[in-house]
Amino acid sequence: MHTLVCVKQVPDTTEIKMDPITNTMDRSSAPTIINPFDAHAVEEAVKIKKKFGGKVSIISMGPPQAREVIKKCIEMGADEGYLLSDRAFAGSDTLSTSYILAMGIKKIIEIEPIDLVFCGKQAIDGDTAQVGPGIACRLNMPQLTYVEAIESFDLKEKVVVLHRKIDNGYEVVQSKLPCLITVEKDINELSFSPLTNMIKAARYNPIAWGINDFNADLSQLGLKGSPTSVRRIFPPEQRVGGELLKGSEDEVIKTLVDKLKGGIRKWQL
Amino acid sequence: MAAINKEYSGVWVFVEQLEGKLATVTLELVGEAKKLASSLNVEVSTVLLGDKVETIIPTLFEYGADTVYIIDDPVFHFYRAETYMRAFCYLVEKYKPEILLMGATTTGRDLAGAVATTLKTGLTADCTALDIDLEKKILLASRPAFGGNIMATIVCKDHRPQMATVHPKVMKMPVPEPNRTGIVVRETFAIEEESLKTIVLKIVKDGVENVKLEDAKIIVSGGRGIQNEHGVKLLNELAAILGGVTAGSRGAVEKDLIDHKRQVGQTGQTVSPKLYFAIGISGAIQHTVGLQGSETIIAINTDPDCPMMKIATYSIVGDALKILPKLIEVFKQSLSEIKNLELKNSNYDMKGGVTVE
Repeated sequence: MHTLVCVKQVPDTTEIKMDPITNTMDRSSAPTIINPFDAHAVEEAVKIKKKFGGKVSIISMGPPQAREVIKKCIEMGADEGYLLSDRAFAGSDTLSTSYILAMGIKKIIEIEPIDLVFCGKQAIDGDTAQVGPGIACRLNMPQLTYVEAIESFDLKEKVVVLHRKIDNGYEVVQSKLPCLITVEKDINELSFSPLTNMIKAARYNPIAWGINDFNADLSQLGLKGSPTSVRRIFPPEQRVGGELLKGSEDEVIKTLVDKLKGGIRKWQL
Repeated sequence: MAAINKEYSGVWVFVEQLEGKLATVTLELVGEAKKLASSLNVEVSTVLLGDKVETIIPTLFEYGADTVYIIDDPVFHFYRAETYMRAFCYLVEKYKPEILLMGATTTGRDLAGAVATTLKTGLTADCTALDIDLEKKILLASRPAFGGNIMATIVCKDHRPQMATVHPKVMKMPVPEPNRTGIVVRETFAIEEESLKTIVLKIVKDGVENVKLEDAKIIVSGGRGIQNEHGVKLLNELAAILGGVTAGSRGAVEKDLIDHKRQVGQTGQTVSPKLYFAIGISGAIQHTVGLQGSETIIAINTDPDCPMMKIATYSIVGDALKILPKLIEVFKQSLSEIKNLELKNSNYDMKGGVTVE
């Protein structure tokens, strides 16, 4: 079983600055981590490898320093990692990002067929949840988003049965393989990496691909290939605040309770 | 590529339903679509895919749809990306709407991503405000960006349709107009069940675990300032005394203090309670967009300058873990005093009758 996981390096904090001239994000201003949802996707892929054998590959698009998240995945138990990095990819929106990642995945498939693609349900910096479905569409694979649990695999019939989150519950879906799954954090608990993996990861260098490794349609890349653009950034409109309660701790608590108790009793009834 | 073309006209809303039960976000979006459509002087249409879903049509008209495009076929009984995406794209290519709106639910976001990629057009997720640039006649889709420190207005200048998703409860529910009607366009789209790669085996509703924050009158919400399990216990205790529910910010959810089903904010739920306690929550936009509709907001935080303190109706500077136990005590006392008083009064009214609480 060959599983591929798409991961993204994201800023760890909300201390993000925007470039006021280009209206794009300055990613250099914050420490970076693996997108938390993607970590659960890697964990699930490694679990599947332990159960059924095979191999876990990682793909990521980003600046050269995104190799760090791939090394993190190796530490978690992945076997191989591919980094798609090129200036031509910069400024890509979700449509263009899915084009680039799908291009990379197709190249990996030429080396070795893939049975399953995993993504996190969304990245915590953009929160769009669009790249997963975008890749599935471009690879012509069934997309199964917001997956909370994998019930079973039938490797002979090449099908998977899983739980996909919906409002007020989940649906049990069966899909043919290969398919693309985006995961919720509930799917598993992250485990600790063994020392041997850490040593392997420290020495590991991902395979790096740039624009020249592909026969790419340049009109679909970067800013040019991105139908959306940021028109304006602005501070959010906030409701007007009220009163800062002053006094000793006991005094402010009493004031607050006096102000609220009538209303609370009414809402309780 | 779906390049810009004057042929593209009208605002469309995807009708989300599960076995004939309409998702309320659809009607909220029809209301919003109506506003956009009147700025553009065009019509609002809805796209209804499903199996025996005709009964939904009158509701769509009453809430503001001018046209309902319907494809009614057993193959659309359950939502599946592979069937809905193909049928939806077929309709878009045939009738060419300029704007497409969908709920930012697991269904809507799943479909939107697939449709946008297939049509090679722009999609803006989880918008909190939609507007029209009257001069250029394009959609202005605004959403909190990057952890929510700022708002960004996203445009899709050269491609059509312009797509956006919006969370439930972000837009106001429009007032229905009884007996309002419109045009029904019945379409067919042939898909062989045998040719498909996915099957929905069953739907499981999780009754107990399901937390309906959106209907709660009192919400006690904690953030990173709650710190630990002890803090969570205090939150739960306060919520229990007030008859409210516990919730949390993304910070608390990421620290595994609060279950993600109870998350308030852009990536969680949008709430509009009478009373919202923001305890140890600094108030990133990511969080505050989810509670704008709250009537009264109480903030407790060590940082007097954090955004939450600035938008709260009443705020208290201090350590949540120290203030909460006292607050719980004082509320306990004063609420039971009120109860006793009510009891006495009702006794008096009944003139010696037996009172049973």
